[in-house]
Amino acid sequence: MKPKYFSAPYLVWMIVFILVPLLMIAYFAFTTDGGAFTIKHVSDVGQYANIFVRSIWLSLIATAICLVVAYPVAFILSRMEKHKQGTMLMIVMLPMWMNFLLRTYAWMTLLGNNGLINHLLGMIGFEPLKMINTSGAVVLGMVYNYLPFMILPLYSVMVKIDNSLFEAASDLGCNSASTLFRVVVPLSMPGITSGITMVFVPAISTFIISRMLGGGSNLLIGDLIEMQFLGNAYNPHLGAAISLVLMVIILVIMTVMNQFDPDDQVLM
Amino acid sequence: MKMNRKIFSLAAALVMSLGIFSSCSTASDDEEEEDSSAQTLTIEDKSYYTKFKGKGISINVYNWGEYISTGADEGTLDVNGEFEKLTGIKVNYTNYATNEELYAKLKGGGTTYDVIIPSDYMISKMIKEELIQPLNMDNIPNYKYIMDNYRNLAYDPENAYSVPYTWGTVGIIYNAEQIDVPKEEIDWDILWDEKYKDQILMFDNPRDAFAVSELLLGYSLNTENPSELKAAAEKLKEQKDVVQAYVMDEVFDKMAAGEALLAPYYAGDALTILEDNEDLDFVVPKSGTNLFVDAMCIPSSAKQKEAAEMYINFMCEPDIAFANIDYICYSTPHSGAYEMLDDEVKESHVSYPDSQFIADKTTVFVNLSDEANDLMKDLWTEMKSETANKWFVPIFLVVCLLIIAAVLIRRYIKHRKDIF
Repeated sequence: MKPKYFSAPYLVWMIVFILVPLLMIAYFAFTTDGGAFTIKHVSDVGQYANIFVRSIWLSLIATAICLVVAYPVAFILSRMEKHKQGTMLMIVMLPMWMNFLLRTYAWMTLLGNNGLINHLLGMIGFEPLKMINTSGAVVLGMVYNYLPFMILPLYSVMVKIDNSLFEAASDLGCNSASTLFRVVVPLSMPGITSGITMVFVPAISTFIISRMLGGGSNLLIGDLIEMQFLGNAYNPHLGAAISLVLMVIILVIMTVMNQFDPDDQVLM
Repeated sequence: MKMNRKIFSLAAALVMSLGIFSSCSTASDDEEEEDSSAQTLTIEDKSYYTKFKGKGISINVYNWGEYISTGADEGTLDVNGEFEKLTGIKVNYTNYATNEELYAKLKGGGTTYDVIIPSDYMISKMIKEELIQPLNMDNIPNYKYIMDNYRNLAYDPENAYSVPYTWGTVGIIYNAEQIDVPKEEIDWDILWDEKYKDQILMFDNPRDAFAVSELLLGYSLNTENPSELKAAAEKLKEQKDVVQAYVMDEVFDKMAAGEALLAPYYAGDALTILEDNEDLDFVVPKSGTNLFVDAMCIPSSAKQKEAAEMYINFMCEPDIAFANIDYICYSTPHSGAYEMLDDEVKESHVSYPDSQFIADKTTVFVNLSDEANDLMKDLWTEMKSETANKWFVPIFLVVCLLIIAAVLIRRYIKHRKDIF
């Protein structure tokens, strides 16, 4: 049996559960209820430009924060002794053992107007802050929930960087800053791009975080799509059109991202 | 209607620990639980239920979350279990969170359901689109228990498609400690009051939210007039400044925890919330409100119509109807179950407002025309998505341009390097 046959199960999986649904989305986006061709739904997406911009903006911020927070963590992790790495990785993964909704629910109680944080602030004599139902809370929810997705790819790339490279770099006259930018960053570029993809894509299409932490007063794309399928504005054609536009936007952003990859690797 | 507890059931552990799902009769809870555990079920005509015994039939029942007595709490009756025992028909019981979700599932096909419990306006929409089928009332003798006031309502004028299960009104849950307005004077306009900025919760679905706005403006709750709908949306937009959040299920947690002072909600659920926070009270504004009815229907695609009718009939057995209503706290259209209620509940203005008020001041939703529905949907999305910051789009475009420029410059430099 040739090795390529081993990929057959995944190939079938991909065709049935990824390719066919994608084609169906495209079909729904461009047809009416009766099945006739129309571009009405796709052009209708234009009126939600606000929501698109807001979603992209918030998820970009969340992705940037994730990167800034995760990069040092992943580096420190990768330089630890082998037996400690396992334990630390488990701690990174620990929050993900809990149900996603429960985790977000917990933030609702923490950030609430009468929540734990405001309670503590009140005890030391500060005015309560308005934290929940703001864009900041949505970004916080995204960062909290997707941070492990940034740490793990970064870590798995960095752990392969040999310590001798740093020695070589300092032998050749690099100070620590230039070691970072000339050695570590270029070598970890594949981890950065896949980390960004893994955070940005779920963040831009999330709906439950914005509903629970954002108070539902400012929609994100995910909320809008959910509304078209299960929510109060049943219209699968418009929902499919929005999803299609969203996919195109993500595709463009990812293409731009990949320009930063030294090997011109395609990480979609 | 609308115990949208999809999220709640996922967060079950959390919710259970708060003890939200207890029985609604607060006063004598402990004694009562003992009583009802000793309760034995009386079924008038047992032979009717034996028809399908031993045939290995199963039916799919699709209901709101936490909208039936499950026997999960001690002393309550496991309604589905009793039905299985009595008839030998297996019940596959699943939940949905909104009428719209139910509609999407039926419309999308793929699964078949035998019994569903949509609300009034959704029933008339489904009748119009032939998603539900007429019932054979000969198979539902217990229909006789349904009170006259709840028969032949506007959504199903001949009562051919539905058997009412529960009803209720919409009112305002408020924090009586912190809101210094006499109960009788609270009206819908309090939800627009600047004094309670960021302390107000609002419905997160267009039909109910528009209803509040329409009540305030004095329009009909079933108006299809575009200018009235636009005015109602304008009013909702105005309210956005004082609203803390648009929520459905979260009302339970937020009101119980004192996160907000005011929230319009359904009477049945309000009673459940009131148990968790003594400061809260509930009022149905005198100026009028929406009366909703949830009724049992059989989808056109049902495979076991007769067994489904048997299930509906079983749900109308007085003992079963009482067990359900006692568990979910909504108001019952079933005369037998009503008789069994405590006097305290019967006289409560929240659960059973006087008939004069119902006749004069409440409106039942009917399905709107497609145009009106579409307009309402669009206005709702527009209202919700309006961002205060007009700089979002320009800033975003500039950022995009900068990124592209950076990429281009970088590629150019790299290209130059590669040449040498």
